[in-house]
Amino acid sequence: MKEDTAFVVPGDRTFFPVEINPDICNGCNKCVEVCQVDVFAPNPEAGKPPLILFPQECWQEGSCVEVCPRKGAIRWKRLPSSRVRCRRKETGEDFFI
Amino acid sequence: MNTAKMKWPYPIEWNKTETVEADVLVLGGGAAGCFAAIAAAEKSTRVVLVEKSATVASGAAGSGCDHWESAATNPCSKVTPEELTEAMIRAFGGYNNGISHYIECREGYDRLLDIEKMGAKIRDTQDQFKGADFRDEQTKLLFAYDYFNRFTLRVWGSTFKPAMARKCRRCGVRIFDRVMATGLLTENSKRSGRVVGATAVHTRTGKFIIFKAKAVILCTSRPSRLWLFSAEVPGISEFRPFQCCGDGHAMAWRAGVEFTMMEKSVKAEWSGLKSFPPYSTGNNHNTWYAANMVDAQGRELPWVERDGRILENFAERFRPSPGQKLYLKGGGEPNSTVYDVQGPDTLPADELLKQGYKLPFFADLTSLPEMERKVIWGLMVGEEGKTKIPVLRAYTEAGFEPSKDLIQSYGDGWKSGTFLPKERQLFGLPGGVVNDWELMTNIEGLFAAGDVLFASNCFGHAAATGHYAGRHAAAFAAKTESAEVDEKQIAEEKRRIYAPAERDSGVDWRELNTAVTRIMQNFCGAFKSEELLGTGLKMLADLRQREGAKLSARNPHELMRALEVINIMTNAELVIESCRSRKASSRELEFVRLDYPQDDPQEWKKFVTIKLAKDGVETDSLSLDYYGELAENYQKHNEDYEGGK
Repeated sequence: MKEDTAFVVPGDRTFFPVEINPDICNGCNKCVEVCQVDVFAPNPEAGKPPLILFPQECWQEGSCVEVCPRKGAIRWKRLPSSRVRCRRKETGEDFFI
Repeated sequence: MNTAKMKWPYPIEWNKTETVEADVLVLGGGAAGCFAAIAAAEKSTRVVLVEKSATVASGAAGSGCDHWESAATNPCSKVTPEELTEAMIRAFGGYNNGISHYIECREGYDRLLDIEKMGAKIRDTQDQFKGADFRDEQTKLLFAYDYFNRFTLRVWGSTFKPAMARKCRRCGVRIFDRVMATGLLTENSKRSGRVVGATAVHTRTGKFIIFKAKAVILCTSRPSRLWLFSAEVPGISEFRPFQCCGDGHAMAWRAGVEFTMMEKSVKAEWSGLKSFPPYSTGNNHNTWYAANMVDAQGRELPWVERDGRILENFAERFRPSPGQKLYLKGGGEPNSTVYDVQGPDTLPADELLKQGYKLPFFADLTSLPEMERKVIWGLMVGEEGKTKIPVLRAYTEAGFEPSKDLIQSYGDGWKSGTFLPKERQLFGLPGGVVNDWELMTNIEGLFAAGDVLFASNCFGHAAATGHYAGRHAAAFAAKTESAEVDEKQIAEEKRRIYAPAERDSGVDWRELNTAVTRIMQNFCGAFKSEELLGTGLKMLADLRQREGAKLSARNPHELMRALEVINIMTNAELVIESCRSRKASSRELEFVRLDYPQDDPQEWKKFVTIKLAKDGVETDSLSLDYYGELAENYQKHNEDYEGGK
């Protein structure tokens, strides 16, 4: 077996499935531990927001947001390709989420 | 964008090996796996659970579920377990797992009571829905679909998995999270020989782990990513969670486990590749039953019962038709055309267009009775796994109001997206492992539960079969001596799984997964023939030999993904071999053989079984009623079962 090394190139995409507010996040890593696809990893610097290493693999179910104990620290973002159309019934006005 | 190469943030243990001994080893920690471990822990002291993700929210329904099917023994049910199981078997023309679904109907409600005792919520304790037609005022249970027969419950499923994971720990189950099982160990490495353990790799550190056990319970998912995959957004390629991709099927196939119904696949409907999540777009099925639907001009789409009679009253959507005993699901049974269990639905899309209704259609919650609106946009959307945050919370934050706003549909009629016939998936009771009345497979000591079983479906099925397999595996372990694992088999497995990590560069797992789906679409799509299937197998072998041999992983996480794709290639071979073994088309199995066009000829009305043997693929068959008389056989194998505790 090769020597004890490994590296990672964090996901090079422009759109991330979640947005972390570094002013609110205290790096508790609850999101890291609940994520089923292991999108995140703990920040090597304690108390800092987690790293988002594999954003493409996010299955968009939002457990990370669900377990976050600090309101506003992490926000789920809809992929642009998954945007949906809604319509206000009374006015017929469309809006997109 | 941050594209700089960085050091892997976890300690690396490529060269370390840990050995763990257990009486009962559970592979997969979803609903089935947790219940298997909990039940086994009542009889065995050494129970180990291995989960690729994190048990707190893992499995197909880990992040939630909105309804619990087949709770035939709940105090309000008007059907017996026998009646319900038989209806489910009829609904699929006999291609169903009588054993596992009888267990579901017989014990599912007991498991729900267990979950409640663990601290999760199964009834309307806060009286949010007091007075609603779907509520029983005495028990405070809420029902879905057939409000007369009351065997499907609306539940607060997002509370389930955390409670079950806590219970596992309280029972002394040793949980190994972030550990991917890679192979089954058999006595003297013999294919189809007695199981003696499993190998695994840690998905963060790369450590190799050997589990030795007297009994093993396979509780892994059904295969996915065989026809559907996006390299851009792989996470939303399928309906079930991304990591639930059928590792257990591949492991079991390599070990010589017998499968059936793997030739069945359905045209895809449930994938984020066309819209996401499937339940975030306007529809009137499942979670959203029985939402009103309107066309582009606001005209309400008519609802009909199984005879085509227009339903004038809203309440009729929740009652069987005159002369009908029960219906299985609201919105019809999408994969069944069986008349006696068909539920109400809106008219089919092509009929609506013929009658002048204009596309697109929208779901309209605004005109529903208030309790129905509240239970869909609240409990159901709030508790279904993928919709709590992405739909309920995200839409609400964006200003969506269910009493004022409509949501568009995109597919045919109510569907969230329309796929091509060759874009398929394993859904609607797909194939899997063959089981006996103890939920044991053809391999001695290897049990199976949940989605790995053939003709599996929902949370209740997984929970009930998990508990049942746990009891029987523990009983098996108690009367069995440990057997040694074969060091040669371990060395070979170690070499196999670390190969991608030995290469510093090579083929990325996403490239390979994309290639598998292209082969499956082209050679095992909607139309099959000996020539197409044979070519598909050759192309898979070619892919394995050329690009598969160059798969590369730069860290333990990528190694997990690479090993998953190797499993996906194996599962693709399993599916194609199964398709070759059934030399007849079948409407019930949504299986079209161009070279055997007659649908369901009498001599092929049977389960075709398939396994890998020493000299290649071996096929055999089982009669569709191989499980015999349900209640009698259940009793014979469960004399000491005490029901929900």
